[in-house]
Amino acid sequence: MPLDKKANAAAYWKENIRYLTILLIIWFIVSYGAGILFKEPLDNFRLGGFKLGFWFAQQGSIYVFVILIFVYVQLMNKLDKKYGYDEE
Amino acid sequence: MDVQTWTYILVGLTFTLYIGIAIWSRAGSTKEFYVAGGSVSPLANGMATAADWMSAASFLSMAGIIAFSGYDGSVYLMGWTGGYVLLALLLAPYLRKFGKFTVPDFIGDRYYSNTARLVAIFCALLVSFTYVAGQMRGVGLVFSRFLEVDINTGVIIGMIIVLFYAVLGGMKGITYTQVAQYCVLIFAFMVPAIFISLQMTGNPIPQLGMGSTLADGSGTFLLDKLDGLSTELGFAAYTDGSKSMIDVFAITLALMVGTAGLPHVIVRFFTVKRVKDARKSAGYALLLIAILYTAAPAIAVFAKTNMIDSVVNKTYEEQPEWLKNYENIGLIAWTDKNNDGVVQYGPGEAFIGKPAFDGEARTAVGARAVTNANPGNPNELYVDRDIMVLANPEIANLPAWLIALVAAGALAAALSTAAGLLLVISSSVSHDLIKKVINPNISEKGELMAARLAAVAAVCVAGYFGINPPGFVAAVVALAFGLAAASFFPAIILGIFYKRMNREGAISGMVVGITVMLLYMIKYKLGWFDAVLPSKEEWWFGISPEGFGTIAMLVNFTVSLVVCYFTAPPPQEVQDIVENIRIPSGVGEATGH
Repeated sequence: MPLDKKANAAAYWKENIRYLTILLIIWFIVSYGAGILFKEPLDNFRLGGFKLGFWFAQQGSIYVFVILIFVYVQLMNKLDKKYGYDEE
Repeated sequence: MDVQTWTYILVGLTFTLYIGIAIWSRAGSTKEFYVAGGSVSPLANGMATAADWMSAASFLSMAGIIAFSGYDGSVYLMGWTGGYVLLALLLAPYLRKFGKFTVPDFIGDRYYSNTARLVAIFCALLVSFTYVAGQMRGVGLVFSRFLEVDINTGVIIGMIIVLFYAVLGGMKGITYTQVAQYCVLIFAFMVPAIFISLQMTGNPIPQLGMGSTLADGSGTFLLDKLDGLSTELGFAAYTDGSKSMIDVFAITLALMVGTAGLPHVIVRFFTVKRVKDARKSAGYALLLIAILYTAAPAIAVFAKTNMIDSVVNKTYEEQPEWLKNYENIGLIAWTDKNNDGVVQYGPGEAFIGKPAFDGEARTAVGARAVTNANPGNPNELYVDRDIMVLANPEIANLPAWLIALVAAGALAAALSTAAGLLLVISSSVSHDLIKKVINPNISEKGELMAARLAAVAAVCVAGYFGINPPGFVAAVVALAFGLAAASFFPAIILGIFYKRMNREGAISGMVVGITVMLLYMIKYKLGWFDAVLPSKEEWWFGISPEGFGTIAMLVNFTVSLVVCYFTAPPPQEVQDIVENIRIPSGVGEATGH
């Protein structure tokens, strides 16, 4: 049934876009937010020997990036199953 | 055994390994040549992508650049890793589902136009050539430093090796050699870093050592010490930058978007089997890249602190052995401006231009005599930024085999990136240009032959630029990212996420975007339009040429959308293609037809 198929695909795409939006907002906050725009106020806090803003710019943002991709992989694998798009 | 013997042994072993892999995995079809048969496992593809991505610049220069720019160096760290998030979330899964061989393939089919394809081929070639010349130069540099051969001989040896496995194995050969090269380069990068971290802070993990207290029992944090040393010498504190916030923002964004738009990186995601493998291998790639990218800023801090401690405000006789070694090959120079016999270091360039040595002449204390003009500041020391990683094991007095290992790692980094770029160049010519535009009836065998010939020609051109680097190459390599950001990224994103996007919009966006980028680069980076290079005050919005890719990308998006609004929507079958690539299942193997 092509109409059902189309509705299914549209719903899948909508959820996908929602995930992307959330993950990309986090991506923006840790790098451009914590590492650049709010670096100076964050530098008043410390993480061991690191000033916090500096840590986000040279370490923290990168760790979060890695986590973001693996979270995305998990979310999408689940979403694929939910809409019957997964293949083994 | 001395460093040179160790270097011959380690470089010889790794080169034998690469050639062995190339012979084992030679390509028999165009599909194997372009996309390794489309059945690489996600982890192997992640390793290959990481090696492909981490060039001589990442391996050798990045830690040095960060060491000398402190917080400002963060743009490279965030920019060259954050792009993978965009790649994984916005590009890789959909391009894999689309299932063709190359980026111009996607642009040409999605925008139903050979003009769009030609524009994309032009951009791919421009980006790849600017980038590959730098890699060959990197190979030459490592050879000349460690094996004491002439830099040009080094470039030629590198050319022969790359030629061998890129031409024979195509993508298949490149993929499996890159897996091996990743292992070599990450081992070579991390082992010295761990040793130095232990020495300086007692913590074996460099990423943590960077934020720890010094091992000398003083209880001072390493970064606080370096901040103190920097301000004492008259620099900004290491953890504060001197670039403006808007420029840091723009450069980071241009590098991220450029990373996601680089054709030699994108094409790696055509080599896995399913869409979910493409997502996963982007995750592995970034994880494996992050190991180096989080260690590099730690190395920068260790090396800078060590350098200031052991060199600055000491007499020439007190200088360590490594300083004299690098002075001998011209990467360090000292001129005693105030005649006190002590090495002073501070902000500003010690000389105008690169050090010009007065032949083999020596000053009274034994330093090499320099004839450069004095720009009128008290800084007496010139240090080439590239030596930070190379010299680090020597600075920390590590054993000879470790120093040799760094050389093998640097070669692995340079060769793997060069090979990936050469493949993009050869497939742009043989597949996109010859097969899709000039002669669609070419046989499979003929196309494979064309691909190999194109690879040979590309290696020769790259080698030529490696031996005779035109003055602008070094300046332009960093801008390859701006060019990729200004051209591919908007066209691909709109092609996937905006169904209504049409041919007219995409072509005009790419052409305007790359033109604006090139013009800005020529005016503010190369200075060809004016008698002298325009000063920073004239930059638009205070954005440097490195960061201008961000503006050019926004221009591309705007032009695309405006032109699209006033022209006809794409035909139904193209809209159906877009619907189809948004769904992960039913993926065919990557094909050329």
